[in-house]
Order: sequence, then C-alpha cells, then structure tokens
Amino acid sequence: MSQKNKASARAKSARAKSTSAISIQNLGLSFGKTEVLKGVNLEIEPGEFFSFLGPSGSGKSTLLRAISGFGPDPTGSIKIGGEEVTGLPAWQRNVGMVFQSYALWPHMTIRKNVAFGLEERKVPSTEIDGRVDEALDLVGLKHLADRNPGQLSGGQQQRIALARTIVVEPRVLLLDEPLSNLDANLRVQMRRDILALQRDLGLTTIFVTHDQEEANTISDRMAVLDKGIIQQVGTPVELYDQPENRFVASFLGTANIIEGEVKDQHFIAENDFKLPVDTSFTGDVHFVVRPQSVTISENEVTDANAHIMQGKIEYSEFLGETVRYSAKVNGHSILADESHLRGNKIIPNGQNIWVVMTKDQVLLLDK
Amino acid sequence: MSSSSSGFFSRMNFGPKTLAIVIAIFLIMFLAVPVAKVFIVAFQDPSTGAFTLINFSDFFNTSLFRESFWNSFYVSAVSVVVASIIALPLAYFTSRFNFGGTVIIQTLGIVPLIMPPFVGAVAMQLLFGSNGSINLLLDEYLGFTIPFMEGLNGVIFVQSIHYFPFILINLSAALANIDRSMEESALSLGSSGMRLFRRIVFPLSMPGYVAGASIVFIKVFDDLGTPLLLNVNNMLAPQAYLRISSVGISDPMGYVISVILVIFSLFAMWVAFLALRGKDYATTQKGGGGLMKRDMKPAEKIGAYALILFILAIVLSPHIALALLSFGTIWSFSVLPDAYTIAHYKEVFSSAGDFIKNTLLYAGMAATIDVVIGTAIAYIVWRTKIKGRKILDYLAMSALAVPGVVLGIGYLRTFYQFDVPFSDIPLANFWLIIVIALAIRRLPYAMRACVAALQQVSISLEEASESLGARKMSTIRRIVIPLMTGGILAGFVTSFATAAVELSATIMLVSSEADAPIAYGIYVFMQSAAGRGPGAALGILAVIIVALGTYVSNRIIQKANAKNTMTTDNH
Repeated sequence: MSQKNKASARAKSARAKSTSAISIQNLGLSFGKTEVLKGVNLEIEPGEFFSFLGPSGSGKSTLLRAISGFGPDPTGSIKIGGEEVTGLPAWQRNVGMVFQSYALWPHMTIRKNVAFGLEERKVPSTEIDGRVDEALDLVGLKHLADRNPGQLSGGQQQRIALARTIVVEPRVLLLDEPLSNLDANLRVQMRRDILALQRDLGLTTIFVTHDQEEANTISDRMAVLDKGIIQQVGTPVELYDQPENRFVASFLGTANIIEGEVKDQHFIAENDFKLPVDTSFTGDVHFVVRPQSVTISENEVTDANAHIMQGKIEYSEFLGETVRYSAKVNGHSILADESHLRGNKIIPNGQNIWVVMTKDQVLLLDK
Repeated sequence: MSSSSSGFFSRMNFGPKTLAIVIAIFLIMFLAVPVAKVFIVAFQDPSTGAFTLINFSDFFNTSLFRESFWNSFYVSAVSVVVASIIALPLAYFTSRFNFGGTVIIQTLGIVPLIMPPFVGAVAMQLLFGSNGSINLLLDEYLGFTIPFMEGLNGVIFVQSIHYFPFILINLSAALANIDRSMEESALSLGSSGMRLFRRIVFPLSMPGYVAGASIVFIKVFDDLGTPLLLNVNNMLAPQAYLRISSVGISDPMGYVISVILVIFSLFAMWVAFLALRGKDYATTQKGGGGLMKRDMKPAEKIGAYALILFILAIVLSPHIALALLSFGTIWSFSVLPDAYTIAHYKEVFSSAGDFIKNTLLYAGMAATIDVVIGTAIAYIVWRTKIKGRKILDYLAMSALAVPGVVLGIGYLRTFYQFDVPFSDIPLANFWLIIVIALAIRRLPYAMRACVAALQQVSISLEEASESLGARKMSTIRRIVIPLMTGGILAGFVTSFATAAVELSATIMLVSSEADAPIAYGIYVFMQSAAGRGPGAALGILAVIIVALGTYVSNRIIQKANAKNTMTTDNH
C-alpha cells in the first residue's frame, strides 16, 4: 500500500509541472466534402476532467482524434500548454490516448506494452523497469506483467491501456469511449477508478462518451456536441438545468418540449394550449419541462405558483421507482414521473386528471 | 529533439513514395512491357512493322489453328462440365446432411491441388490409357474398353480431376453462407421441395458456382503442361509454345495465340466478377449456419459413401499412378508394374540434384520477392495517401490475367535484345529471369495474403504506437510487421509451393538444363520411356514439396488466427 502511495506521489510530482491546458480555436475538419467539425472553440483548464458528450456521428471522437494528431488535418488552432500542435505528427505531441478497443499489442507481453513508449523516448533501460512497475502498480495489475494481452479480461486490458498511456507522463490524457466495451457493473467501477486516478495525477483529461450518465458522474465540465458543433459547455448540473437549446434539453435526460410562441405574456401552442408566462419576450420558443417536475392530480387543485391544466391519462409505464404517465392536454402529450411507493395505485388510462407544473420548473428556450 | 526529428519526418514522406515508384518500375518492366510487347507484335506486320490485322486473319485461315482454338474451347468447356459433375454431389452431401463423410470430402477438396495436373498426366496414361491397367481389366472381364485418355479426352479427364476442387470449394462456401432463416422463411411462406430449391437455394449459390467454374475454365484454357505431356499439340497453349520454340520468336502466330489467351482470361475474370458483384450475400447475415441438415437413412448413407469412395479413388489415381510409376521397374501392357525398385529415386538424387537445388533457389527467391513487394503494396495502398496508390494494386493483380505462356513469350521477345550486365548472355536466357517470371505470376496471391494480414491489424494498434511517441518507421517495424508475420509467412509458403511446380512460363525461359527447375526436369524425363521412372520420382518429390508447403501455410494461418483474435477491434 505504501509502495503504491509512494508511486503515485512520485507520479503526481512529475505531473504537477507537466499538466496542461488545452485551447481550441475555430477548429474545422472535413472528411472529403463532409464537414464533421465546424467552428469549435473550447478552453479546457489544467487538471480538469472534461467530457465530450454527443450522439454517434456528432464529431466528438473526431475532435478527440484531432487533438491527438489522427485523422485529416483540421483548420484552426489547437494549443496544448500554450504550444500550437496542429501540423505536428502524433508522435511529437506527447498526448496520451486510450483507445476504445484498448489497442494492446497482442504480440507483446503486458510489460513490453507498457515499456514501449519509454523505449521510444530513449529512456535508459535501467529506469524503464521501475517506471513500468510503478505504472502497473498504479492500476493495481503489477502481478499480470508477464501475461499476454489475450489472457486478460476486458477490464484488466482497460487498466493496462491506461497504465501504458500514463507511464510516459503525457501532457494530457485522452479517453475515447473507454468504457463502452465493458459490462454494466464493471463500467461503474472503472469509471470511479479512472476518476480517482485522474484526481491523483492531476492530469488534464478529456473523456469521450455518448452516455450522459457516464459524463454526468465523472466530469468537472463537459461539452455537448451535435452535427459537428459544440452546442453548450458547462458543468453537468448547469447543462441539465439550463440547457440553451432544444438539442441539449432533449439529449440530457427526458424533457417535455412543446413548440409555440410567446405573445402578450402568454405561451401559445397548437390546439388552444395557452399558459400565462412572466416574460416581456415575444417570439417563437420551446416550452421545456422535465417529467419529474410535472405532477398528476386526480382532483382539481389550485396553486398560484403552478400551471394547472386539465387532461386525460393516455398511457402509463410502471418503471419500479417511478410511474411514467403520459397525459393528453389539449392535444399535446405531456410526460409526468410520479415516484412510486408501495401500495400506490396506478391511474387507469382515459381517466380525467389535472397536470400540475410548478412555474419555476418551466424553461422557455428561444428558438 | 524536434529539429532532428523534423528532418526525419520529411524523409518519411519520401520513403513510401520512393518505394512505390521502385515497385511500379519493376511491375512495368517485368509485367506491363512484356505483355504490351506481345500485343504489339500480334498486331504488327512482321516485315514492315506497321499496324495490321493480317496475323489474325492468317491465324483463322489456318486449319490447324482453327482446330486448336476449337479444341481449347471444347476441352475447357467439357472440363467444367465434368468437374461440375464431380463437385455437385459432394457439395450437396456436405451442405444438406449431417454426414461423417464430410471430412473425406474436405480432404478431396485439397488433395488434387497439391499436384499440378501435368505431373501426373503420363502416369494417368498407364492407369487409364488404351493399354492401361483399367482398360486391360475391362477388356479381360467385360470385353470392352473406354477411351479415357484418347486425344482430347485425356486432357479433359486429367484437368477435371485436378480442377474440380475450385468448384467444390466455391460452391460449398456459397451454400454454407446461406442462412438457415432464408430457407425457413421460404418454408413458412409456403414454398418447399424443388420449388424452394429453384427459387431460393439455387439463386443464392449460383455466384459461388459461376466463380468456381470460370476459374476452372481459364486454368484449363491456359494450361500448357498437361496437353504437352499427353502429346496433344492441337490446342492453343501448346501451339504458342511450339511456334515460338520451333519457328522462332519472330513468328507472329505465338503472339496472336497469346492475345487470344489473355482475352479469354480477362473474359473469364469478368464473368466471375459479374457473378459475384453485389451478390456478397454472406456478409450481410451474421451467423450463417448453412442450410437445414438432416441425417441420412442407412441406404442413403451406403450410397453416399460408395459415391464418395469412387470419386476419391479417381481423384487419387494420378497420385497412385505416379507413385507406382516411380517405384516400378517396367510397367507396360500390364495392370501393375512387373517389380518394384528404389533405383529411380537413387537416379534422381544422383543426377537430378540440380533440378531440386534450382527449384528451391528459384521458388525461394520468387516467394521472397512476392512477400516483400506484397507487404509494401499492401501498406502503401491501405495505410498511406500517396496519389495513384491503387494503380500499384491493379497492376500487381493484373498478373492474374496473364497466362504463363504469354508471360514467357513476352520475356523472350522483350529481353533477348538486352544482355546481362558485364556479360554477353541475353537477359532472356539468364536464370534470374525465371525467378522474376515466377515472382510476377505468384504476386497476386502473395499480395492478397499480405493485404489480408494487414487488414487484421487494427489501425488503433498503430495509432496507439504513434501516440506513445513512435514514428511511422518505428511503428511499422515494431508493430505492423510483427503482427503481419503469420500472413506474410503464409503468403511466402503458398508462393513457394506453387512456384516450385510452375511449368508454362518456366518451359519458355529455361535456356540450359543446368538452370532448370524440377517442373522442367519432370517434363524432360517424361519425354522418353526410359525417363518415366525417374520423372515420376521427381514428380513425387515435387508433390512432397508442395504438400509440405500447403500444410505449413495452413498451420501458420491457423496459429496466426488463434493468436491475433485480439488484433481486430469492433468500431
């Protein structure tokens, strides 16, 4: 144990001076005629755990690969620790990349795999053994040093891939969907371990994922990407509570989104869906409210702080901890999550109910 | 560090480009130019050098050539039919039934390929000829004989036995790739029996059959050794050889025949391409699992085994006949040789050592050239962005359409005017030209093996190396090449084994017996009755070399596959 602490302390002190900020300005990238990244601007602080979150095809992996020096040459600028890296080949960037497939070399033992980067850096062989041991110790797999990658489980391969990357003391750590090939339980454990290691080393880290739960739990801040454009940057809570557009609102969790316009301090949508809103704004908007902020009442209620509308239960889904109702209100379907306690009855389809939305839970997003 | 490495970096871009140019020059010099030369001469007036079609009209106005053309066509077409008759029941058994004989059938699919047809051709005459074992027995007990080996029949018989595996392998693969659910959907929609076969199974397996059949057609059409050894000279390839070797390299007929051979090769490849294009059904379904299989009833089983053993006996007959011939003292007008001896092997080892030595040297060098060029082209095409890189691939693959005879004639015509540096031997007579011809002919196969090996190496394995600070050359040396080793070795062994028994280009280019490889030795020995024994012994040696090679390459491929299951990722 003390051995491990010593190792990490050493690694930390080495990293303290090398951890770097990443600054991306006006980055664009195309595959042939297809633009996959457009006008990307991003500042990542030293030591930050940052995530790129987006659906497949959003450009998140392309952006990560552009930072590490793979893929077509981008336009614009990428600076790591103040140094411009666009145009540098991958092997001159000193950027640690962990691949989705782990990319352990099957013809080398674990020790050889981890030693590779040090050998390429012409580190004296007397020093290599010690540093490989330290790195393997850090991921808790020193005892597997002489195995071949094929003999390891997915989770173990993942740790080795991590050790192989951090042993060369990269300026930043880039993780490309590193958990996607692991099963659900292991994924949660691995996620915590990666975060602990990152905090320990204080290494600037970018984590690419399409899984919002993963991004939410692990990130200091994150960027949501769609169609090659950064939609919003912020902490997980900021993004969830204050989405700036429809995409972010619907990609992070479930949201009721109703299209309409604001006129004379009222939100108006199709079929006489009309609610008073406290704003001087006029124009087209999205009306956004999360299902957990909507309650269903079987009796008429009055509350000055809430929008209350009459509707009908369309269908319900029993999910265990909650029941998700879909209520039809003036032709619009609104989802409401009611937490479920033992013995609670489920309201039958077709029953008349009142939908209650607390006013401060409603967001109006400019279209 | 960055200043020294930037120098290296600029050189790095230069490296693969230079390599690509060197390979392109090699392929142009030893493939494109000789073949182009053949075409030019075929369309040239022999005296004035002007463009003309006179050679072609001469060709079709000569009855011998018309007959040869027709014979080649006839032999190839009938060989496809006979090969199909052998292959179809075997494919049917393996795909339709849970049948223990499947293992025998799979063996049947490899055994003939181990020996090129010309090696066993003469021995087959002793078994199936008009005075051969089978006809002697038939005549004695049943009072009639069958002209298995008379004239064109002999060529058809020998070729079908050797080349039916191409149909069997392709057809079996196509059948195995038909998903069971295809058949089950048809059944549940009310189709069954012959109707289901006609509408579902047959169309789905057709591309595989056509691909196999077109390979058989072209192999037979191009083959020189078998008709030559059976002394059937009124076919196209033997005519080309005989015109060039007896009339001389200025006689245009050899070139006209070459052009016809190339056109037919291209045509057959085109047919196979059309058959398979857009019909890669197999890859669209995961799992496959093949058609529904059922157990055979006992009577069916006996029938199936009887048929398979009958086919097995025929397929093995060239090998058996060759072995008998190599160990027999005198074998004439009798069912079996009079007595047995190892004298032929002794003679081969004492007098034919050069053939063996040359074969190992030539095939070894040719296979080395093939894997070096194959690996380089694979890397250039799949891993660099050099402009025109695909041309290298096409150029190397185009060797498939060039029959050995044509390449041989092209080399003679192109290189007889150049001397080997520092000597007065024409380049066309230099033994190294045989090596190059072998290398060019085997290159497409070796290159495919190298490309397959490279595609097994996931790009992320290379990117991981680069992101850890390894430059391109270091990555190639430490990651790419080691991971390709299995495939490269397999390519080497396949090239080696097939080059070791190549005859058609070799026979044109051998200028003295001291420079000749085993295939040529077999041909020379088989010319005289006295030489048949040693010729057969040499043939057996060749079979052993090829069989060992095939076995080793299969083992290497299996091992590499087992070891590198982790290499490919699942993006």
